Amino acid sequence: MNRLRALGKWFDDRLALGRLYDHTLGHRIPLSSASAWYVFGSATLLCLIIQLVTGICLALVYVPAPDQAYASIEYLDYVQPLGWYLRALHYWGSNFMVALVTIHLIQVFLFGAYKYPRELTWMVGSGLFLATLGMAFTGQTIRFDQDAYWGVEIIVSILGRLPLVGEYATHLLQGGPIVGSETLSRFFALHVFVIPGLLIGLLVVHIRLVLVLGISEYPEAGKPLDKETYAEDYEATVARSGIRLMPEGGGKDLVFSALILTAIILCAAFIGPKIPNGPADPSLIHTVPRPDFYFLSLFAAFALMPPYLEGFVIVYLMPLAVVLLFAVPFLSRGAERHPSRRPGAVVLVVLVGVSLVTLAYEGVLSPWSPEMDAWSGQPVQPQFVEGRSPLEHVGATLLQAKQCRNCHALDGKGGKRGPDLAGVAMRLTPDQLVRQVLQGGGNMPAYGKHLAPHEVSALVAFLETLHPANAAPARNSAQPSGGVAGQPDKP
Amino acid sequence: MEEHEHEALPPAVPPVSRRDFLFRLGLVLNTVAAAFVGIPVLGYIASSMFKGKAQQAWVALGNLDSFPTGQTRLASYRNPFTTPWDGATADVPCWVRRKPDGDFQVFAINCTHLGCPVRWFPQSGLFMCPCHGGVYYEDGSRASGPPPRGLYQYEFRVRGGHLEVRGGETPNLSEAV
Ligand code: FES
Repeated sequence: MNRLRALGKWFDDRLALGRLYDHTLGHRIPLSSASAWYVFGSATLLCLIIQLVTGICLALVYVPAPDQAYASIEYLDYVQPLGWYLRALHYWGSNFMVALVTIHLIQVFLFGAYKYPRELTWMVGSGLFLATLGMAFTGQTIRFDQDAYWGVEIIVSILGRLPLVGEYATHLLQGGPIVGSETLSRFFALHVFVIPGLLIGLLVVHIRLVLVLGISEYPEAGKPLDKETYAEDYEATVARSGIRLMPEGGGKDLVFSALILTAIILCAAFIGPKIPNGPADPSLIHTVPRPDFYFLSLFAAFALMPPYLEGFVIVYLMPLAVVLLFAVPFLSRGAERHPSRRPGAVVLVVLVGVSLVTLAYEGVLSPWSPEMDAWSGQPVQPQFVEGRSPLEHVGATLLQAKQCRNCHALDGKGGKRGPDLAGVAMRLTPDQLVRQVLQGGGNMPAYGKHLAPHEVSALVAFLETLHPANAAPARNSAQPSGGVAGQPDKP
Repeated sequence: MEEHEHEALPPAVPPVSRRDFLFRLGLVLNTVAAAFVGIPVLGYIASSMFKGKAQQAWVALGNLDSFPTGQTRLASYRNPFTTPWDGATADVPCWVRRKPDGDFQVFAINCTHLGCPVRWFPQSGLFMCPCHGGVYYEDGSRASGPPPRGLYQYEFRVRGGHLEVRGGETPNLSEAV
């Protein structure tokens, strides 16, 4: 035993580990800072470590070149021993990391922990948050499947809308005028060198700030923060009831991190890696690109916002949102930290949270996307054609053949882009139906050029039958006869 | 929170000296060195921004016979400037319409909204976008949905029984081919 101690001392004399410990893991924090709420930062760090380790392993096999990237991912999944598992860990690690860094940010925001003297800690943390999102996006891109390819095309289209610099920005990102090998190399370099370097650099500063400024006390309602006395009070608290970050303060971090690790392992082992959805071959155009879940809300926002807003959002709103994120400590200057005294902050979090979740939910359903094969794959249900006249049957056939069903559902079956047509006869009179079909309007194209007059009559005759049996279809009250489309009114 | 003062040098060191000069000289030399490395690095990265027009060239899309009059067909061309490891990404698809009068229109595959690949439906004579339901008429003009304009069109020419397009650039709103 004495030998061992002597050996330890020999190293300590040279490395000064004891002193290092005193200033880092052993530094004292207020008892209230060891709150069980303060576990998300350390858990994010755990994810980062998992990402680094698994990422380096994946880089041993993955080939960042368009002609082989997809094959190398399949190789990882099916040939390389445990390749699927490391890919799964990397995938789930990234999902958890994005989730945890977001929760960490929300928690710090709600607890007012970004207030004096920790403004810089917040700003560096915001940088870490954005860097994490950057890792997520570049990561899903270098999977280089169809989603990735079209995801880049979408980003490029967004950049292309920037005034003046649009062309340069798109070329800079693509590494040239089209998405190709240089694009993939760029995303690869960003994913494995640039952003991780930035992330680790910011992390060092972040941790340095935590060590220098200490960990904020658990907020107390009615105990406003006083910049004059803050430093003194903090030191007094630490002197009175301080505990060491490790081991006393960090137990909850270790336990929580272990839970997260278990969750990642279970997801990786039982759900597995994200399977790439087909090679990035632009000539396979039968694809419906979808981003990974963290960008679903953004994806949905772009689908839902009115087109005239898009330019404004891209050029002003998105950069403004980033600036606002960084400026939080300077915009919210109140002395109260406890959320119960900052209703505005709580409302803001709830509002942003609900919007993001709603948007993401919509993003999963994507009701704005036509169902591109509904016209051939979703026939008109029997109840809509039973007992109908020949003319109406022709109309039903046309409804399929002219791809109407890609956007229009019939009783929930088919595209959701336009209104469901079951019951359309209750909303529109025959004349209105004819006009809508011929001229389009709203989000509907005009079919005038591709429907002969007799086809219009047949189609409208069928649409006229789409009303519940016990309810009368809409009629033009100025035309008591009801005015049947395609037939001149009898005098 | 601790404060830290830099220690003053021992008084024996003279205030201005050869060391002082060396330090300044070192700074200047390193700035020059940094410029010699930094400027080429920036140029290397930025070169991609100016590749644009220079990379466009006429490429063959196919035999005239492969585009029957009155039909719209999917074609693809090999990007004129490729690397050996570009793989399938250099095969750029486009829609070729041969109008009833025999003239052509060549549309980029990319939706003018956010770049998704549009699909042609001959039965209804419409291009539809799978992403947000943008629709275009057969002549490429915007029909409905979020797209701000009609489909992008490639320049084309007919040479020796072949249809050729000027390819090499993915179109978007800032550079509509
Ligand atoms: S990308 Fe085509 S409609 Fe949005």
